[in-house]
Formats: sequence, structure tokens, C-alpha cells
Amino acid sequence: MDYRSMAVAICAFVLSTVTGAIADDGANILKQRCASCHDLQGPAPATLDQLWARKGPDLFYAGDKYRQAWVEEWLQNPQRIRPAGEFYRQHIKPGDKRDMVDESTLIEHIKLDAAEAKAVAETLAAMHANESLIKAEKFDPTQTPGPMGEMLFDKIYGCMACHQIEPGYGGLSGPEVYTAARRLKPEFMLSYIRSPQAWDPKIWMPNKHVPDLNIQKIVNYLIDLSKEDWNAKQ
Amino acid sequence: MQSNKYRAFLLYWVVMLLPTIALAGEAAERNYNTYCIQCHGMAGNGAGLNVRDMSVQPRDHTDAKSMEARSDAELFKVVKEGGLAINKSVLMPPWGDTFTDDEIKDLVKYLRVLCKCKHGG
Repeated sequence: MDYRSMAVAICAFVLSTVTGAIADDGANILKQRCASCHDLQGPAPATLDQLWARKGPDLFYAGDKYRQAWVEEWLQNPQRIRPAGEFYRQHIKPGDKRDMVDESTLIEHIKLDAAEAKAVAETLAAMHANESLIKAEKFDPTQTPGPMGEMLFDKIYGCMACHQIEPGYGGLSGPEVYTAARRLKPEFMLSYIRSPQAWDPKIWMPNKHVPDLNIQKIVNYLIDLSKEDWNAKQ
Repeated sequence: MQSNKYRAFLLYWVVMLLPTIALAGEAAERNYNTYCIQCHGMAGNGAGLNVRDMSVQPRDHTDAKSMEARSDAELFKVVKEGGLAINKSVLMPPWGDTFTDDEIKDLVKYLRVLCKCKHGG
């Protein structure tokens, strides 16, 4: 073996060791600091008791759901995505005019440093429990709805009843959707709208039986929404 | 003597069925408390968490007058197929993929408990 080959072999060994260590770190962090609120194993809740006990989104299919770059960024500066937390029913109270979010019951998400966030994002990206659902989808970026996007989301399918389409506007029991496409893979959004129950049998989002073409248009609408600089507008 | 036998027989079945009846009621209330209250409210009065920006306000299930106008069959249909199925708002979604038909029947019974009413008054 010449010197060059030896150098390449050493580099490859160091790189694989470092990569392995990062993956181990990610798995350890998830196990030690995340598993008390997030399910890393699955399956999703099959009973209402299990649903009511859930404290954070299931992560056992995180690699099918999230964009890795967003996970890494968000874990370093976590912002609330679900106005009423998870499970929403555990975090509401009667108000004067209507039920309100009970902020006193919501807790801040833990914050990770850059190295930890990178390790966790890499580990989550490798978790593909629902890969078959993702593979069944094909995103079509040409199905842009234009002004019909909000019409579909709000008036035709009534999704805004539970989701905010901009900060402070829309329903509160579901996650905000104006950041959905920054967080989520297009194929996940397609699949989840097609059948929320395929991912989460007891979820409080109904299946509205949206035809495929309109699912494509809604996902393209969500992608357009996520391009807005919402922080600058607040 | 004969009537005592019948009484014992009836008592046996009432005791046997009580847990089942109670369980069915609990399941409907639990389903309502999980899925319906996000819009219809913790008190069932239509003032749920999501209503502020809704163009059509959810039905007040405690309002006997408006609930009397709906038959059990209509209530079943609107829960299973959504508001459009009875020419009402699209904001009431179809729950047919969430509940079984039996669960929806139980929910209809629970709605009658909430409104303290029946179809036609």
C-alpha cells in the first residue's frame, strides 16, 4: 500500500467513526431527552387513552415527515407550531366568549446546541417507519392554484377551521400551516391530507376525501404560503 | 312464586347489561370530548376553541329549539358525511373515517342528552 492509499484509508476510517459517533449522539439524545414526550418506536395511538396521553408529535416516522434542514434549525431555536399544544384538549379552558388556550399548561420545547441539533436531525432523518405511504405519492409542482389556493383551503374544504393560515388568523386545534412546507416534505403533506388516519388512526383531523388534483393544489398553496416572511410581517 | 322468578331473571339481565350501557355512553362522551369540542366547545354550546375566525358558527348542541328540528337520521348523516350532506356548512367535516357507524349512533344519542330534547320536541 502506498502513502496515498494509506492516507485515504485513514481519512475514510476517521470519517466513518465521526459519522457513527454523530448517529450515536443523536440516538442517545433522542432516548435521554426526547423520549418522555415523543414516541420514537410506534405504532401511533390506537385508543383515546393513548391519544390523550401524547405530549408531542410522534417521531418514529420523522424521516418520512420532516425536512432535515428545518429540524436542525428548529431544534436550536424552537418556536411553538401547535397553538394549543399536543394534545390540544389537555391545554384549553372555558373563556368568556369561547374556549381559550390555557397557556399556563404549555411548556417550552427544549433547545439544543448546533452539534446536538445536527446529530438529532440526522438520526431522525433515518427513521422511515411509513416509507410505503411516502413512496405512494408523487408531488406535482406544476399544479399551482394561484388565488384558488386560499379558496380551496378555506371555503371549499374548510381546513382553516382548525389551522392558522397566517399568524393569528385561523383555528387553533391543529398546527399552523403557514410554516408547513418549511417543516414538511411535500409527499408527507400529500399523503396526510389524503388520509390522516393512515398516519395516525385516532387523530382529530377528519378525512375530507379531497380529490388528488386538489390535494396537489393545496400542497402547492402551502408551499407558496411558507415562502412569505412571516416574522417580518408580525 | 312465578313472578319472583321473572323478577330475578330481569334483575340478572339488567345487572349484566349495565356495564355495557355505561361503556357505550362513556365512549360517546369521550369521542365528543376529543373530536367535537374543538369547534362545538367544552360546554357543547358552539363556543369552541376554533370559532373566532369561522365564517359560520358551529351548532349550539345545548339549544333544544334548533336541535329538535333535526331528526336522528339527519344528525347521523351530518356527523358521518359532513355539513354539505344536509346543505349546511362545509366547516362541519365528515367523520366517517374516524368513527364507526355504531360510534356515530352513540354520538347522536349523546347529542340528545346535551340538548335535553328529541326530534319534533
